[in-house]
Order: sequence, then structure tokens, then C-alpha cells
Amino acid sequence: MSAAQWRRAMSTGLAGAAPRVPVGRTAAPSPAPAADPFAHSDAPRWLKHLWRTLAPRHVFTALLVLIFPFVATPFFTFQVASQSLVLGLIALSLTFLAGYGGMVSLAQMTVAGIAGYTMAVLGTSSSPEISLGWPWWVAVPAAVLLATVCSALIGWLSVRTEGIYTIMITLAIGVAFYYIVLQNYSVFNGFQGLRELKPPTVFGVQWRDPLPFYFLCLFWAGAGYFLVRYVVRAPFGIALQGIRDNPRRMEALGYGVVAHRVAAYALSGLLAAVAGILLAWYNALMTPGSVGTGWLINILVIAVLGGMKHPIGAFLGALVFVLLQTFAIDVIDRERFNLVIGTVFLAIVLFSPDGLLGLWAKLRSRLSPTQAMTSPQRRQP
Amino acid sequence: MKLNRKVWVRSMLAAAATAALAGGAWAQGQPVKIGLLATLEGPFAAGGADGMRGAELAVKQRGGVVAGRKIEVIKASSDAKPDVAVNATRKLVEQDKVEIMVGPLSGGEGIAVKDYSKTQPGVTFINGGSGAQATTLVNPSPNFFRFNTEGGQWMVGLGKAAMDKGYKRVMVIAEDYAFPYSQVQGFMSEYCRLGGKVPEKAWVPLGGKDYSSVIAKIPKDVDALLVVLGGADAVNFLTQYENAGGDKPMLGGSITVSQDVLNYKGKRRDSLVGTLSAGPLADAYDGAEWKAFVDDYRKTYPVSAGGFPSPSLFAYVYYVNMKAALDGLAAVNGDLSGGQAKYREALSKMVLKTPNGDVRLDANRQAIGTTFVTEVVKDAQGNLFNKVNRKVDNVEQTLGMSAADFKIGSRDVPACP
Amino acid sequence: MGPRNRLLLWLLVGGPIAVFSLWAAFDNTRLYFVTLLNGLTLASLYFIVASGFTLVFGLMRNVNLAHGSLYLLGGYVGYVVAGITGWWVVALAVGFLAAALGGLLMQVLILRHMQGQELRQTMVTIGLSIVIADILLWIFTGQVHQLEAPEWLQGPIRGIPLINAYSAYRLSLLGFGIAIGIGLWWLLNRTRVGMMIRAGVDDRGMLAASGINVNRVFAITFALGAGLAGFGGVIGAVELSMVPGEDTRLLLVSLIVVIVGGMGSVPGAAIGAVILGLAETYGLAYAPTYSVVFTFVILILVLAFRPRGIMGGKG
Repeated sequence: MSAAQWRRAMSTGLAGAAPRVPVGRTAAPSPAPAADPFAHSDAPRWLKHLWRTLAPRHVFTALLVLIFPFVATPFFTFQVASQSLVLGLIALSLTFLAGYGGMVSLAQMTVAGIAGYTMAVLGTSSSPEISLGWPWWVAVPAAVLLATVCSALIGWLSVRTEGIYTIMITLAIGVAFYYIVLQNYSVFNGFQGLRELKPPTVFGVQWRDPLPFYFLCLFWAGAGYFLVRYVVRAPFGIALQGIRDNPRRMEALGYGVVAHRVAAYALSGLLAAVAGILLAWYNALMTPGSVGTGWLINILVIAVLGGMKHPIGAFLGALVFVLLQTFAIDVIDRERFNLVIGTVFLAIVLFSPDGLLGLWAKLRSRLSPTQAMTSPQRRQP
Repeated sequence: MKLNRKVWVRSMLAAAATAALAGGAWAQGQPVKIGLLATLEGPFAAGGADGMRGAELAVKQRGGVVAGRKIEVIKASSDAKPDVAVNATRKLVEQDKVEIMVGPLSGGEGIAVKDYSKTQPGVTFINGGSGAQATTLVNPSPNFFRFNTEGGQWMVGLGKAAMDKGYKRVMVIAEDYAFPYSQVQGFMSEYCRLGGKVPEKAWVPLGGKDYSSVIAKIPKDVDALLVVLGGADAVNFLTQYENAGGDKPMLGGSITVSQDVLNYKGKRRDSLVGTLSAGPLADAYDGAEWKAFVDDYRKTYPVSAGGFPSPSLFAYVYYVNMKAALDGLAAVNGDLSGGQAKYREALSKMVLKTPNGDVRLDANRQAIGTTFVTEVVKDAQGNLFNKVNRKVDNVEQTLGMSAADFKIGSRDVPACP
Repeated sequence: MGPRNRLLLWLLVGGPIAVFSLWAAFDNTRLYFVTLLNGLTLASLYFIVASGFTLVFGLMRNVNLAHGSLYLLGGYVGYVVAGITGWWVVALAVGFLAAALGGLLMQVLILRHMQGQELRQTMVTIGLSIVIADILLWIFTGQVHQLEAPEWLQGPIRGIPLINAYSAYRLSLLGFGIAIGIGLWWLLNRTRVGMMIRAGVDDRGMLAASGINVNRVFAITFALGAGLAGFGGVIGAVELSMVPGEDTRLLLVSLIVVIVGGMGSVPGAAIGAVILGLAETYGLAYAPTYSVVFTFVILILVLAFRPRGIMGGKG
């Protein structure tokens, strides 16, 4: 095969042309590029793009999440759905960091906690002697900014060593933050924490009511989800995945490994910070218990449960977790909830490391044998 | 027992579902749904389980029926974290649609649930065991009632007893969070007024198990140590203190020499004999109602079935609060209509008859009740119990000070070095 | 780091410590020396537990986050055995063996099949720790379990100059720590198994290539590491009592000791344990409110300037 043929073959892609085979063998006819059914339509480009990429299941999910709060009870909308979205967003930050960056950080809840606490201290809370009372449009962005910076700092502390250190170091940092907020009364109000954290009333809407709060969480969760999906296909995201797979080679190619990793921490910190604000509003309080070891590990459980190969896994895992947590007491002894969660987590890690998404993928490939070799477009996140 | 409870919960749930389907917020004869929240996980798990036993005892004493309405108890569990407690409460209130809510157990949870109660004016919230001062002193909620006295009230009388025993200088060793602050305040407000001195306070971080440094700091000239630690830590402290050659007598907080500690399966407990303590109950009180209550508890929950030899503090406070909920229902004949206005008025004005005396509510819906000062004694079988030293009635939350002067206890309040 | 920088670092760190020590020793001599002893004895316990952790990591690159649960397991088993037989020494042995058995099962049944997937192994240990902790909570409930020290170790030793009285049991902790340290040194440097372990830490591939049954070495190491945790559990059950929550605390302690001292290095574990023990006890004695934060500040400082730990050569 000549160099020109090779180049042509590479540029048409894997699903495209097979290389021209020389004499003696019948060359497989290279399939023409898939006919674009919308090529002749007069619709605007973005609509055509949507038509091309959307599958029925996307439409179905979008309709479901938009219509769901109007048919479900306020309790479900608030405690189950909104909480799942918020926890899912925090788990998404971990999925991004771990699945695409290869760094498992147990300090994502800590970053969320930093954002929540900062907002409580800068804004209004139940402790007027601590809270500065700044308006929400100053306090919230400041909190998100501070938490993102802290996440980058945590990243800088953790990434200069071997990959497996990251879990240990971030766990230690997370517990350090827990003890700081537990022992300090002048800023964090110690054991009691800061309460009465309410979202502001903007445009005349009470944002803590179940319906508005749900849509607020949906908006930010969606934004985070699409941001992650965009970033992992952008050059930064691809480089990050390259660093995950082989940092030495990437370093040799000239990519700053530490810089990329710290930037990844900062981005995930941004996601976790936004989720932290929402979490503080959901709970209406920020206490040491919200950032303790239990929750640090729960976020990891959620991310692993759903599957770390695709951003939607985080939300899936969060939904399952919240459902278990809320309704476990009706079905099993609530005292053994930890045992159930731990066993489920163990089972997932042992038998289906890709979490629920991995199980689903295996099921699909089992049930449709003709599709054993899934096409690249479908496989890539 | 676990199987029975599972079956019971499931049938309660089925009954609740049927009741919910039948509809109607108020109907004579319809079952009344009461939510019950306690910490069944984490450090207070044993106390939470006993609290639930106490509440169930109150229900059993009425035969499961009040004012012609069947009582349905729907349980929930938390792990002493405020956000978990609010989630569990929200599920009971909004999903299971309880009409009365009893709980939670720990102080921090209580404040969070009080905040939540303000968003649910249609449901009456009655405390379970939480004993934080701020719950009813700072921004009280109009539909949150606490029929048990709180941490500061539990220590009234101990200061005087300590002075009577000749302890003129006392060192405080307590955990560093809200409940011990209130306990220390309850002790010191009387003790300092009588001329006692507290030269040093050691606030141990929560979860710290190594008391060697604290022990090393004990001044030579104190007469006694006021130890306000929870069960596990108190045991640990006592062991380390003895091993370090310490021999100063001890004063205990309300949960220090409680059932958990007196029950623990080690042999170090002999050193506890003679310890003064104070709290809302005393195992060996010889009042008739108290003895009847203890007998009832022992009959319903024998030790073989997991009960304690004597009802613990948690069992007692949950019992009192559930009894208040049911007595109030009886007083208004089960009428929870009209936003439960009549019911709440009945609760506010009620004089609750508890095994330890009468309880009334003050303007913040906080209980005014009885405190016992006790001393640890060994009985003929070698079991330790708290003998009653003194009984103090009508203890108010402001501990004898005016409402304007009263400040919630903290690391430095009050102080008399 | 050049010799001048090293001197500067020593001055920077050692200077304030020396100043503080001088002040404290004159201010309240008894407190200062008692705290010193407290710190060293606590460090001994921490060393025993952390040495197991660092052994496992050093050889198998496996961050065993179930280490704390093994501590708890050993402690509870020891408690039960002491109650049945009445012999504390037997309890020590059985606690060690029970935890070692647990570790062996973990390695042989589960972790061996994931060799090379370090992250997956770590997550498995997280899951195991949650499960083991809850099972122990189920069996033993949240009640306090305090193991009694044997009679010959109970009570204070009196008549020590300056200090007057000190807990005999706590002094014995120091003895145990030193004994375990010497034992580990002897095992690693003077026995065949130790030689294999050291070789494996340096180069696992070569170890396998020399025809040694690597799986067996791994199993032995894991069992040993777990057993040390269990042994620490029985000792700690007397001094610190057994209660759910201790597992997370001791796990964190092991993590910090090993991060500060250097992964995979037993002398590093000793150094880290001493630093941590002293920091904790002095913090509790002189600044109790933020004592816990001190230890984490040390951790952050070490991470910022010496990410591999003090004795961490091969990360």
C-alpha cells in the first residue's frame, strides 16, 4: 500500500474505507459516506445537527425530566429528584476527575462544603455575628470562585506523586477540613454549623419551593453535564485522557502533565462548588456532618455505582443512592443501611467495575447479538 | 424481635397506605399517624433504640388507641447528623403524611428539625430527646414542643451538692460541643453563685480518645473533676485516669454515669462508686409512678430481648414526649382539625403527669420539670445504680436568671476562675 | 537538596520547636515530660498499626483502606477471647491471628485477582471496610468495649523522678513498639522471606523472574500487615477502648504516618509515627482546640515540600 493510500485510509476513519488491497484479492468496495438525509432540507444548520445526533432515548429522557415534576408529589420532586441532581453533580465532578483524568479524589464533597460554608459566611444565616450579610449575587459567585481555587490547590498538593496517592491525600485533606469546621466557632460555628441558608427570591419566585428548586438544580446539572461532555472532546479533555493513560508519553510529547491535572481539578472543583451551593440550599444548613468521612466516601460510592465511563452514570448512581436511602427503612432494617450500600458497592466493583452503566451495556450486547461490535460513534462518550 | 418489628412496620405501612387512600385529614375513628425519629445508626445507636422502646411503651400503655383512634407509629432513623435527620423527617411528614412528629434524638438534629417545623405549620412537632438550649431559646418555632428538660436544666442542684461535699475547686473536662456547654453552664451557674471556683476547663475535641494530655494538666489543688463526656469516652477517661495514678473524686454529667456506662462490660466500674451526678431521672427513685414505669419497661422489654436493666435517659425522655403527644390527643378527643389549633393549645396549657412529677411548658414551649441529683452506689447483687441525693422541682430553662441576662453556654460562658 | 538548604530546613523546623520546648519545660516541667512520654507511647501504637499498612503498600502497591476495620476486628476478637480465657496474652495472639486470617482471605480470595489494577483494589478495600465495620457494629453494637489490662500491667508506676506516677500500661506500649520495630527489622533484614519482600519492593518483576512464588510472598505480607493491625487493635482496646469509629480514626492515622514518613518504608513509619504522636499529644496539652488540625498542617507541609514523605525514596 502506498503512502498516499495509507493517508487516505486514515483520514476517512475507521468506519470508512478499507485500504485498497493489491492484486489477487477482491478488494472490499469502500462504502460511500453515509448519505446525509438532511442534506437537502432547508432547516437551519443547528436543527440539522440536532436531528443527526439525537436518538429517541435522548428525547424521551428530556421529556421525562421536564414533565416529571408536574406529575409527581412535591416530596418526590424535592427530596428524591432534586437531591439526586445535586448529589449527581458532585459525583459528576468526581467522574470527570476519575474517569477521564484517572485521579480518584475523595475531596469533592470537601470542595462542595467549602463553597457552601463560604456562601453561608458571606451571605445570611442563622448566626448574624458570623455572617457578613452580603447580597446573594456577590456571595454566591465569590463562594464558587473560592471553592474552585481551593480545589486547584488540593489538586496541586495531590498530583505531584503517584496516582494511587491521590485517594489517600485527598481523604486526609477532606478529614482535615472536617476537623477545622468542627473545632472553629468564630468562622464556622463549630458543631452546630450555619443554618437557615435560603436561596434568594429572584423574579418573584421562591426558589426553595419544590418546583422552582427542581428546575434550578436541573438547569445546573444539565449545564455541568453538557460542559463535561464538551470538554472531554475538546483538546484539553483529550489531552487529559492521554495523561490518564500514559503520563510519561504525554510529558514527552510536550504536554505539561501537572498543569493539565491541576486544571482538571479546577474544572471539577467548579462543578462541585456549584453543587455545593445547591446542596447548602437544599439542606438549608451547613454542618460538619455534611463534609464528614461518611459523605466523602458516599460520593465515591455514587460515582462508582453509576459507572465512571460516562457522565450520565453519576446521576444514575445518585438516583439509586437517594432512593435506597429514602425508602430503605420501609423495606429493610434501616440500621443495616450501611451494610447494604457497602455490599452493593463491593458487588459493583468486583463484578461490574463500570457500574450500572456497565451492566446495562453488557445486557444490551447480550440481548442484541448482531450488534456485538458496536460502532465507534456509539461507544465513545 | 427483629422479624416481629419488620412485620409490624410493614403492616403499619400497609395500614398507613390504606388510611391514606381512604383520604380525609380528620375523621373521628380514623387512625392517627405519628412519626417517630431516633438515631438508630452511629454513636448513639444504642440510645436511639432505647428511645424508640420508651416511645412504644407510651403507645402500649394506651393499648394502641387514643380517643377512639388507632395509633400508627411510623419509624425513621438518623445518625446524629442534622441533614440526615431533616431528610428523614421530611419523608415522614411529606411522604408518609404523619400528623404528629416525635423526635429527634441529638441536639444538633433538634435545631435543624425545629427550623424545618417552621415550614410545615400543619404538623405538630414534639421533641424526642434533643437537649440543645438554642432549640427553644433562639427563634423558637410555634409548632415545636419540648416536654423534656434540656442539658442545662439537667444539672441544676449539682452545684449545691458539690459545695456541700466540700468541693471548693472543680476542674471541668468536657467534650467540645453544644450539649456539654449547656451541662457545664447548668452546673456552674449555681456553683459559681455559691462561691465555687472553676480554675480550668479542658474542652476535648469530639472523638478524641487520648486523655493523657488532659490528665497531665489537672492542677494539684482542685477538689474534684466535673466530667461531662459521653458513655464511651467517660469509660476511657476513667481508665486512663486511674492508670495515671489519679485519685480525685468525680462529678458526672447527665450522660456520663448513665446506663451505658454502668452497664459496660469491663471491671473498671468499681471506681465509679460515690460519684455525684445530676439528670432528669434516677434509677433508684422510690416514687410510686416511677417504680411502676420501670416495672412496665422491664416487663415489656426484658434484658433477654435487648432492653436495658433499667430504662435509660433516652427511653425516659422519649416516653415523656410521646405520652405528652397522646395525652394531648386525649384531651381534645382526637380532634386535629383546623390546623391542629385546639391540639396545640391543649399541649401548651397541659400539666403533664410523668413518672417523675409534673411538667409544664413555658412561653417558648419548653418544659419546666424536675431534676435529680444522684450518687453512685453498689447494690447487693454488685450492680451499680444511681441513688437519689436530692430532687429539685420546677427547674426553668433560664436556670433562675432573668431571660434578659441569660446567655447560652459556650466555651467561655459562664466563667469563674 | 544541598547541605546548606538542608541545614536551613532543620533550623526552620527545629528552631521554633526548640524555643517552645525551652519555654514549656520551664513553665511546667512535669506537664512537658509527661506529654513527651504520652506522645512517644501513642507513637508506638501508631507505629505498630502503620507499619502493617506501609508493608502492604510498599510491596504490593495496594492502599488497603480496610486497615482500620482489621484493627477493629482484631480488637473485638481479642476482647472476646480475653473474656473467655481470661488471658490477655492469649487475646493478643488470637487478635493478631484473626486479623491476619482476615487479611489473608482478602488477598487470596479477592485482591489477588485484580493484581495490577491498583485503583480497583483500593475501591474493593473501601467496600470491604464499610461491610466489615457494619458487621462488627451489628454483632457488638455501639456499646463501649474496654479490654482490661493484665494485672501485672495495671495501675501506675510510682516514684519516677519529675513525673511521679505514670501508667504502667502506657509504658508497655513503648515496649511493644520497640519490640515490633526490632522484630520487623530482623524479619526484613535477616530472614529469607524478608529478603524476598525487600526485593519485591524494589522490583517486583525481577522477583517473579527469579522463580519465586510471588503470590505466596504477597499473601504472607498481606497477612503480616493485617495481623499487625489486629495486634494494634488488641493493645488499643485497653488504652483507647473499642468503639465503632475507631477504625476510621486509626486508618487516618496510618495514612498520615505513612504519607509523612514515606510509603513502603518501615523506618519511615517509625519517624512518621513519632512526629504524629508528639504533635497530637503536645497539641492536646497546649492548644486543645486545634490540636487535630496541627497534625493535618504537618501533613500538608510534608506534601507540599516533600511529596514522597521523609524517607520515601521509591514512591
